[in-house]
Amino acid sequence: MPLSNPQTVGGVAASSVTHDITSGKRDIKGKVLEGMLIIALAGSLLILAILIIDLLRRSWPVWTDRPGEFLRGPLNSANAADAGVGQAIRGTIELALVVAVVAIPLGTACAVYLEEYASKSKLASFTRLNVRNLAGVPSIVYGLLGLAIFVQFFGLGRSIWAGGLALSALVLPIVVITASEALRAVPQSIREGAYGVGATRWETTSRHVLPAAGPGILTGVVLSLARAAGEAAPILLVGAATGLLRTGSQGFFEQLGAAFTALPVAIFSYARQPGEAFREVTAAASLVLLVLVLLMNGVAIWLRNRYERKW
Amino acid sequence: MDIETEAATHNEVSESPAATENVFVTRDLHVFYGDFLAVRQVDLDIAKNEITAFIGPSGCGKSTVLRCFNRMNDLIDSARVEGSVDYHGIDLYGPGVDAVEVRRRIGMVFQKPNPFPKSIYDNLAFGPKISGVKKRSELDDIVESSLRRAALWDEVKDRLKSSAMGMSGGQQQRLCIARAIAVEPDVILMDEPCSALDPIATGKIEELMDEIKTEYTIIIVTHNMQQAARVSDMTAFYSVEVNETSDTRTGILVEYDRTDKMFSNPADERTERYVTGRFG
Repeated sequence: MPLSNPQTVGGVAASSVTHDITSGKRDIKGKVLEGMLIIALAGSLLILAILIIDLLRRSWPVWTDRPGEFLRGPLNSANAADAGVGQAIRGTIELALVVAVVAIPLGTACAVYLEEYASKSKLASFTRLNVRNLAGVPSIVYGLLGLAIFVQFFGLGRSIWAGGLALSALVLPIVVITASEALRAVPQSIREGAYGVGATRWETTSRHVLPAAGPGILTGVVLSLARAAGEAAPILLVGAATGLLRTGSQGFFEQLGAAFTALPVAIFSYARQPGEAFREVTAAASLVLLVLVLLMNGVAIWLRNRYERKW
Repeated sequence: MDIETEAATHNEVSESPAATENVFVTRDLHVFYGDFLAVRQVDLDIAKNEITAFIGPSGCGKSTVLRCFNRMNDLIDSARVEGSVDYHGIDLYGPGVDAVEVRRRIGMVFQKPNPFPKSIYDNLAFGPKISGVKKRSELDDIVESSLRRAALWDEVKDRLKSSAMGMSGGQQQRLCIARAIAVEPDVILMDEPCSALDPIATGKIEELMDEIKTEYTIIIVTHNMQQAARVSDMTAFYSVEVNETSDTRTGILVEYDRTDKMFSNPADERTERYVTGRFG
């Protein structure tokens, strides 16, 4: 015979216990807090949305009249109707390539040494502390560094090499820090498993630890590149062209050693020109840079989510 | 070996009548973590092709001593080993000993199964590859024979390329044993290999140990006394010595003898209390 439901539970009427368990009215404070957090999130997103909408609105004539010419056109601070971001986009891409080739291997190698080889030594602790300090140095200081060392001392002149190396110095601490964190996140049990079958430290690091840390390192790399793409101060000091730039029909590799410009610099340059026409051009260039940076950050987040490890 | 002088200390070392050769001989083994003495005065003779169990309460240094046998304590920066650990007559902590080669010959299975986050095949092929086996067909053979000896072949032969992380805990641990076997070691050290597994998986691993002991020397650390009694030929009982003045706990080896004697008629009172469940 089936059991019947109780009339009382622990000395209290069953109906009141049912009511207490199912009503959910007791966490008012929690709900208010949740509401406030949602408002904060919405506020942040709203600011970004307003920025994008404003830029779109102001640059609208450029997109309706001459989108192709704008995206391909040369830097031209004299004549708004001819002004474009083609050279700037190319410059930004080339700078990003130099940063990728220099800062990524160097930063990753540094992180591997700090985490896998020297982790407890005084040198490692000292280096880690200083890398964190360097990450906080203002970007204009890296511009001065670039000017003094790469442009003048190494004689690279006002070229993409110099600009790219200055930006590499800027993002190197970020690459080291994110790569270190990715390496540290690899569980020690994996290293022990490798050592346990007689692997050397390099075999363990190269065949197990680095591949496992790969997604984390990659995410850090893309974030660093996005940061480098958006910086104006270092490349302004290194001598990116702001007025008019004749690059003519230079090939890719020739361009690396010659006068250049980049998106942040183009924006800076156009923003200083008088006249309504330049307002449109500035807004359009800003939108291009914003979209580029958002895309790169989006890729970084997608990569991180896709390859997130569950140990 | 003079048993009279040995009996004067806390240890009792007896020679196993069946074995003809010792694989490990430790003398005056002390292990420090920084200034802290974790375990002291371990003197053991481990015989070939036998299963030796280390039992004792938590914190008595069983895993610490186990890790001395394959230089795994090197991975811990503050760890320091004093005394000698002789492997076939060579002191593992002597000059000129290559820890990497040592670990190829003395394999280890850990408490929590730790397969590489790669395919089953790659897990097994890694050790042989770094030992110099290059040909695909040889690697295939090694993978198959290791999996057969670990009683895992039938279960995974159709999915060697799938990730090892998709296996159950018991299968992962058998994979780790197969991985250790794949490099053809002399000795297999097992650090509580079944503590994270259910009774059925544990039973399979104990069966496996019994089958492979004719080829390898096995030392197993276990919290499970019944397991030690079932599986091992020799048992070493460790305990903790509390130093009231400095408030430290140091591991000591209390007694080491044939398993049947340890569990039925141990010489030391502390051993008897532990194996009958009256302490720790």
